[in-house]
Amino acid sequence: MYFDSFTEFLRMGDHGLYVWVAYGSTLVVLLGAFFITRSMSRSVEENIRWAILARQAEQVAGIAAKQGRSNES
Amino acid sequence: MVGALLLREWKILLRARASVVNPLAFLLLSTLLFAIAAPQLVAEASQQASGILWVLVLFTQLLSLDAMFRRDYDSGTLEQSLIMADVPFVAVLIRIFVQWLGTGLVIVIATPVIGPLLGLSWSAVPGTMLALLLGTPALSLLGSIGAGITVGFSRGGIILALLVLPLFLPVLIFGTDIVNAAGAGLNYTAQAYWLALISLAALIVSPFAALAGLRISVEMQ
Amino acid sequence: MKLNQKLKEYWHKLGSPRWFYEITTNWVTFFGIGALLLLVTGLVWGLAFAPADYQQGNSFRIMYVHVPAAMVAQSLYIGMGVAGFIGLVWRMKLTDVAIGACLPLGMVLTALALFTGGVWGKPTWGSWWEWDGRTVSTLVLLFLYIGIYALREAIPDLDLRARASALVCLVGTVNIPIIKYSVEWWNTLHQSASFSLTEKPAMPVEMWLPLLIMGLGFYCFAGHQVLSRMRLEVLTREANSRWVAEVMLSKGAPAAVMQPSTTDTTDHGKD
Repeated sequence: MYFDSFTEFLRMGDHGLYVWVAYGSTLVVLLGAFFITRSMSRSVEENIRWAILARQAEQVAGIAAKQGRSNES
Repeated sequence: MVGALLLREWKILLRARASVVNPLAFLLLSTLLFAIAAPQLVAEASQQASGILWVLVLFTQLLSLDAMFRRDYDSGTLEQSLIMADVPFVAVLIRIFVQWLGTGLVIVIATPVIGPLLGLSWSAVPGTMLALLLGTPALSLLGSIGAGITVGFSRGGIILALLVLPLFLPVLIFGTDIVNAAGAGLNYTAQAYWLALISLAALIVSPFAALAGLRISVEMQ
Repeated sequence: MKLNQKLKEYWHKLGSPRWFYEITTNWVTFFGIGALLLLVTGLVWGLAFAPADYQQGNSFRIMYVHVPAAMVAQSLYIGMGVAGFIGLVWRMKLTDVAIGACLPLGMVLTALALFTGGVWGKPTWGSWWEWDGRTVSTLVLLFLYIGIYALREAIPDLDLRARASALVCLVGTVNIPIIKYSVEWWNTLHQSASFSLTEKPAMPVEMWLPLLIMGLGFYCFAGHQVLSRMRLEVLTREANSRWVAEVMLSKGAPAAVMQPSTTDTTDHGKD
C-alpha cells in the first residue's frame, strides 16, 4: 500500500476529487456498457425462445386438427 | 472522350450560372457578417484573417457539395451519366473538377478582394492564393465522397458535414499555416508541399470512393 | 488436406453466422473473466499501490483509466476500418455486424478518454480543456464516430447500410494518420505554456506495470463487449433460422420446448 492511512487514500494528496471522479466515470461507463449489453442479449434470447414456442404450439395444433378430421371421417 | 465530357460538364456549369455566383455571394455575405459581428477580428493586420478566411472557404465548399450530384440524382440520370459511363472514374473526376472550377477556382480568383476585406495584409495575398489553389482541390475531392454517399438522403446536410469536415482538417491546418507564414514574410515551401501531397492523395482515392458511394445511393432510389 | 485449401475452408466458415456464434461462445466467457481479473487487479494496483508521480502527485493515477480508454477507442476505429475493407472486398456480412458492434463502445470510450483527460488536465495543466495535439486528435476521432453513427441511422436497408458504413470507415481510417500528423504540426505552432506530458522521463516499472494490466483489461473488456454485441446482432438477424432454434433449445429452455418436433425436418434457415 502506497498510502499511510485510509483517509490519505481517499484524499489522494489534495487530488482526491479528480482521481475519484475519473475512476468513477470509468466504472460507470464499463459497468453501464456491460449491463446494457447483457440485458439486450437476454431480451433477444427470450423473444426468440417465445417465437420458437409459438411456432411449435402452432405445429402441435395443426397435427391435432388433422387427426381430429381423420377420426371424424 | 475526355474532351467531350469536359465540354458537356462545362456547358452545364455555364447554364446554371447560380452555381458559380452562389458560393461567391455566400463568401462575401459571411465576410460582411464577420465585419459587423466582430469588427476587431477583421481589422487591418489583426492576424485572424487566415483562420476566418479558411473556415469560410470550408463552409462555402461544404454548402456547394450537395449540388455536385444532386441534379442527376433527382432527375434519375445519375446511373447513365456517371456510373454507366465508358470510364466512370474519369466521368466522376471530371464532375469533381468542374465543381472545383465553380467554387475553389472562383474563391482563389476572389481572394485579392475578400482577403483584404477580412484584414489580410497585401503581402500575404499571393501566398494565400497559392494555398487556396493547392488546398481547395482536396476539399472538392474529399467532399465528393461524402456527397456521393449522402445524395440519396432527403436531409443529408448535417450528415454530410459530420462525414466531411473531419477530413478537411489537415487542409485547414496547412492552409492557415501558409497564410500566416506569408503574412509574416516567412518561407512556406514545406507546408505548400504537404498541401499539394494531400490534394494528390485525395485525387487518387476520392473518385473511386465517390463512385462506390454513388453506386450505393443509386440503389437507395 | 493442403494448407491453402484448409485456409480457404476456414475463410468460408468465417462468413457463416452459425459457425461464428458457436465458436465465440467460449471466447466471450474467456474475455469476460480476463477483463474482470485484469481490471480489478489494475484498478487496485493503480489506485492504492503504485507510487505517486514526483511532479503531478496522485492525479497521475488518472492515467490508468485515461490512456487505456483512448488506446482502445482508437483501436476500435481502426478495427472498423479493417472490417470495412474486408466487407467491401469480400462482401462478408459478418463485417458489418462487427462495425455495428465496435461503434457504440468506441464512441463511449472516446468520450470517456476526453472526459478523464479533462479531469486530469485540471490539476496538471490548470484548465479543464487545453487545445493540445492529442486532445484535438481524440476530439476528431469522436466526430468520425458520430459521423458513421449518423450515417448508419439514416439508412434503413441492411445491405446498403453495410456498404455505406464500410466505405466511410475505410476512408476515415486511411485519413487517421494524415489527421494525426497535421494536428501534431499544428500543435508545434501553438505550443501551450504548460509542461508537456510527453517529455517526462521514462516511467519506473512499478508505474507502468499497472498501466499494462489496465490496458490488457480494457482490451479484454472491448473483446467481450464487441463479441457479445455481434452475437446479439447475429441472433436477431437469423432469428427465424433453424440453427438459432437448435442453439436456443440446447440451453436453458422450458421443458415443453425441449421436445423435438417430429414432423418438420426441412431447413427454414437462410444459409
